[in-house]
Amino acid sequence: MNKATTKLLTELRKDGDFNATACINCGTCTGLCPHGLDILPRELFRYVILGLEDKVEANIETIYSCLLCKMCEANCPGDVNITANIRTLRNYINRKHFKI
Amino acid sequence: MNQSIGDIVGILADNLALRKSVMPLSAKQSTAWAKGLNIPHGGTCVLYTGHMYQLLPYISTMQKQTEMVRSTPLVHTFWIGRLINKFINTTWFMARADAKQKKIYNRRLRNIALLLRKANVDFGYLYGKELYAGALVSDLGGKDILEAHARRVYAMLKSEGVKSIITVDPHTTDMLKDMYATIIPDYDIEVKSYLEVLAEKDMIPCKKNEGELAIHDSCVYARYMNTIEQPRKLLANAGITVKEPAQTGKFTQCCGGPVEALYPEKARKFAKERLEQLKATGCKEAVAMCPICLQNLEHAAETEDITIRDISECLYEAYCDDPS
Ligand code: SF4
Ligand code: SF4
Repeated sequence: MNKATTKLLTELRKDGDFNATACINCGTCTGLCPHGLDILPRELFRYVILGLEDKVEANIETIYSCLLCKMCEANCPGDVNITANIRTLRNYINRKHFKI
Repeated sequence: MNQSIGDIVGILADNLALRKSVMPLSAKQSTAWAKGLNIPHGGTCVLYTGHMYQLLPYISTMQKQTEMVRSTPLVHTFWIGRLINKFINTTWFMARADAKQKKIYNRRLRNIALLLRKANVDFGYLYGKELYAGALVSDLGGKDILEAHARRVYAMLKSEGVKSIITVDPHTTDMLKDMYATIIPDYDIEVKSYLEVLAEKDMIPCKKNEGELAIHDSCVYARYMNTIEQPRKLLANAGITVKEPAQTGKFTQCCGGPVEALYPEKARKFAKERLEQLKATGCKEAVAMCPICLQNLEHAAETEDITIRDISECLYEAYCDDPS
């Protein structure tokens, strides 16, 4: 049983305004993403908000597969800075997992 | 697999931190395109290449080599490469670019400079002082390294007295225009792409042009900075019919190029999908306006009945290449 914690979000916010809480989970991003991956970005951001670090870790390939094409972001009704959030997440993984 | 992502990101980030570019080029390599053009050194307004066009032939070679290693157990030794790279620039050894490709990419930069000259734009060039802008490291999440690099580039621009920049590709434009402004307080360099600059001028075509082209918008130009009308205006003004693919303008479909460094097979799949949309316009030629799109779509089109061209080539032919 995973326990929700704000630790990961707090850590990420040291690096940038990770504004995923503005997400209203409408699914527009999922519908428009050329990858057609349902995890990118809303489910992934939910893991971050809930502090589910192991779920984030399990999706490293997906996180680095994002094209940063902004198809999702340009149409997001919640004005979530999706691509900036993905860059912030990559920065965190680079430091924590890849020791860069 | 994840560790090899880390090693590739690590090598590129180390190169930017240690050698000021993801794949350092000599001044001779990065400035060869300008030979004989007599562009003045420096000035308040400069044409800033950001090395993207010059790097593409090298990146192409390196990607082919990395892809061969990736399918073998050698992929697990990437970390050794990263370790050595901290002391010796291994990417330089890996990438021996194709001479023909270098010539093509350099010609595209010459086209841009000649178009600006034709439009009576007054500009200089920083030659060997110009630095890569950092787009790839930014995209891969190398925040601290990018920030240090952005400050280095800004300091160089200030010491050269640069006030405005004309860029040649969307990724460098985004870096210098928007990303740097979020990193550097009081960032005050005016940045425009050459397509914006040319579209503001009343350019007169040098001959009667006809024919049609499918247009591929770069995600970065279209969705990051709303540069959509300018290329269309320049092509239409020259007499060229622009055909729109199913997804276009603000809804353009990515060519897949941004994931080429880490996932070449995914990049190829996206490029094929996009190529199908471009082919469906019925055109035999399509234009791209970003060197990354160009390279990725060109590879996808190798066995197809459509040619991908850089918009600078089409504009050069229409506005500068006087047949008389
Ligand atoms: S489009 Fe925006 S608001 Fe809707 S689910 Fe995606 S991130 Fe959330
Ligand atoms: S930016 Fe990433 S998540 Fe958004 S549509 Fe493009 S590939 Fe999908």
